[in-house]
Amino acid sequence: MTGIWGIVAAIGLGTMAIKAAGPVLLGNRPLPVRVKSIVALLAPALLAALVATATLGEGQSLVIDARLLGVGAAVVALALRTPMLAVVLVAALAAALARLAGIR
Amino acid sequence: MTTGPDDAPPIRFELRRGAITALPLALAVGLFGVSFGVLAATTGGMGALPAVVMSATTFAGSAQFAAASILAGGGQPIAAVAAALLLNARYLPIGISVARILGGGPLRRFLKSQLVVDESWAIAARGGGEFVAGRLLGAGLVLWLSWVGGTVIGVIGGEALGDPTALGLDAAFPALFLALLVSQLTDRGAVSAALLGAGIAIVLTPFTPPGVPIIAASAAALIGLLDR
Repeated sequence: MTGIWGIVAAIGLGTMAIKAAGPVLLGNRPLPVRVKSIVALLAPALLAALVATATLGEGQSLVIDARLLGVGAAVVALALRTPMLAVVLVAALAAALARLAGIR
Repeated sequence: MTTGPDDAPPIRFELRRGAITALPLALAVGLFGVSFGVLAATTGGMGALPAVVMSATTFAGSAQFAAASILAGGGQPIAAVAAALLLNARYLPIGISVARILGGGPLRRFLKSQLVVDESWAIAARGGGEFVAGRLLGAGLVLWLSWVGGTVIGVIGGEALGDPTALGLDAAFPALFLALLVSQLTDRGAVSAALLGAGIAIVLTPFTPPGVPIIAASAAALIGLLDR
């Protein structure tokens, strides 16, 4: 238990530094055009990666489980132009029902 | 009635808008905060207070779960720290993308940057690499409160609330990211970057420690250089 505060401090300070590095060091300096065109695509690239890993990832393995059914239900909800709150709830409901039915 | 919403400065309007957009997510984030608190306080060998302090300072779900589960499994402290920081490395490019909009001196910029999480960043994104500072801060504040509040409830006995996985809440996050992604797919460059990013993440998952696939996926944004 003695080391736990060291771990909490290392992770907390490290994360704070990572989050602050861009905003504090770059400041208001405008980004060069080429960097800007990269930054413009960061959101779609990272969001898609988050969708993939949050749906299929489990540590270092890829698994198909109730989450995939939930995301499938979300795709249908999005196609029907459902508001975001409902999309998220539909996904959770579908995954919860799948687990009730015995799917892991 | 001298100051209606119409007279409010834009920043206040955007703050409120970000906060309201984040409210549905705050429920899921809060419940996962509860489960982090339960995990850290009961199985994590972490203790209640360190868990709450970690939520308040680190404020990054996946990294905290990774650290807590490594410690619960009897792993080395250095492994827990490395895994958490690796998972949070994506906040370097994310921070760069919002550097310009977080105004003020170094201290204000530092404090504002702490409210950047995947969800607040995604809510602030307007497409084409533009971000709205007020929305980011409003959403970030709501999510921080629910994450820390959830952790507090978790460490003081949140088992009663049930397992968020049984409630399907682990499917809520990819669904949220998907909903936000769809609003970003405004041109062919964005679609290509998304497909490439997801592909990189999936291909690397079996071969690299968690966290690396997502950082590597940011390389997909380099196709922005081809676009012009």
